[in-house]
Amino acid sequence: MSLDTETVRAIARLARIRVPGDAQDELANELSNILGWVEQLAEVDTDGVAPMTSVADMTWPRRDDTVTDGDCRAKVLANAPERHDGFYTVPKVVE
Amino acid sequence: MTYIIEGQTGDWEVVVGLEVHAQIASKAKLFSGSATEFGARPNTQVSLVDAAMPGMLPVINEYCVEQAVKTGLGLKARINLESVFERKNYFYADLPQGYQISQYLKPVVGEGVVVIALPGAAPREVGIERLHMEQDAGKSLHDQDPRRTYVDLNRSGVALMEIVSKPDLRSPEEAGFFVRKIRSIVRYLGTCDGNMEQGSMRADVNVSVRKVGETGYRTRAEIKNVNSIRFIMETIEHEAERQVEVYETGGEVVQETRLYDADLGLTRSMRAKEFAHDYRYFPDPDLLPLVLSQEYVDTIAATLPELPDDKNARFISDYGLSPYDAGVLVAERETAEYFETVARGRDAKQAANWVTGNLFGALNKKGLTITASPVSAENLGALLDLMADDTISGRIAKDVFEQMMDTGKAPGAIVEEKGLKQITDTGPIEEAVDRVIAGNPDQARQYRDGNGKTLGWFMGQVMKATGGKANPKLVNQILRAKLRE
Repeated sequence: MSLDTETVRAIARLARIRVPGDAQDELANELSNILGWVEQLAEVDTDGVAPMTSVADMTWPRRDDTVTDGDCRAKVLANAPERHDGFYTVPKVVE
Repeated sequence: MTYIIEGQTGDWEVVVGLEVHAQIASKAKLFSGSATEFGARPNTQVSLVDAAMPGMLPVINEYCVEQAVKTGLGLKARINLESVFERKNYFYADLPQGYQISQYLKPVVGEGVVVIALPGAAPREVGIERLHMEQDAGKSLHDQDPRRTYVDLNRSGVALMEIVSKPDLRSPEEAGFFVRKIRSIVRYLGTCDGNMEQGSMRADVNVSVRKVGETGYRTRAEIKNVNSIRFIMETIEHEAERQVEVYETGGEVVQETRLYDADLGLTRSMRAKEFAHDYRYFPDPDLLPLVLSQEYVDTIAATLPELPDDKNARFISDYGLSPYDAGVLVAERETAEYFETVARGRDAKQAANWVTGNLFGALNKKGLTITASPVSAENLGALLDLMADDTISGRIAKDVFEQMMDTGKAPGAIVEEKGLKQITDTGPIEEAVDRVIAGNPDQARQYRDGNGKTLGWFMGQVMKATGGKANPKLVNQILRAKLRE
């Protein structure tokens, strides 16, 4: 499978990564190579094989419905580039 | 009852499907131990998991799983013993992870059915497509500052059930009844408080139109985040009209996300999210598939309360209520319980009349819900008993009820205190009748001359003379006898 530059631009936009115009062809090429490499897996016949969801045979840990966390506003806001009055603030999101 | 939009080119019908987001009534969030309580100060119910700090791992809340299964059973739906959490990827300021953990290809609940009954129409089944669990996002406030958006993550990670209907609804009214029914079911089950004002329940509304007689579906628009039943109905009305106009002026409806503007009474396109439709779902590598045993599901099924439809059927067959009265009484679990307490061992039809008439009217006037009623079900029952054994008349009962509403006192105490006991001794009634007849010889003559209407007037006078306490049946008998003398 090969990707065209149009698709690369769309993926970059969805991932919010700016890719300069002159780098798009090369990126398309690299991504196509990676996809091609992964596609070799399709050669293996997996009919009737359940997807492997974990390497360890384990049951999923679950929590009780009790409040054990939160109430640490200073901590969660500590890394925010901007905050005000206990809120995160970001450039206006216009709808 | 069909809802038709008359266009220039013919009649159109509306096709509606709803996605109802119902917040699971849990203390802690779906994948973290933060609190879910409404109205806390901003960002005080946020853990490092909810804020999506690197390296944090989600651990599922067992109780939330149970509520989702319970709701699925309440919707008479298939429970999928294996379901998968996936990441729904999009960027937004109030979504710190950059993705929402949701269920996509394998939801925990599959197809089900809900019955809606509009007044004057036969009950109709509305298909449920699925129910899946997902995380709520945070809340953005756009009006705090001219240049910044404020973000509060208290809601971030709260457990939601998204209940998706099939496109089976054909009018704004049906959509309204459907949402009411879903709300009634989740409240009976206790899985969601159904509080739309606080955002515990809201809906995305999918609307398309087609010419009457067409069988396929046309392109639909999705109106996001509508937060009241009235708005859901309004938005369908306006959006359907808009689409008819688009088609009739030679245009095409495009598949898009729109917002309802209640002030202007119209929907408008959310252009900002045009690119957000490619969610690139994939199974969340932090989470194993959710595997349930049939035994687990059966255990939950065994704890289900009687649901509104079953209760409705029972109220009609056991109490002889009309379908309308039964429908009104079962809509809320609390109302149904109140009614049954009043009706037990008494005249059920009379109990229903008092609950849906006098009680609802009085509560409405005071702006109270039935759980906050000053008149308890026991006391209302006692009032009916006082009427049944002729201690008070129906007329006096209304007065006593008013005082019960104001004071919360038991009817027996009020009757005692105010001396409202019905006069059933013939002596005092005869005396009053004699006095009234003697004082109004003209009217008495009219009666004897064959004007039957004057009897009603005499009744009123005697009742007045006895402070309304005389037994009306006795007054009637004695009056007739004495007027003929």
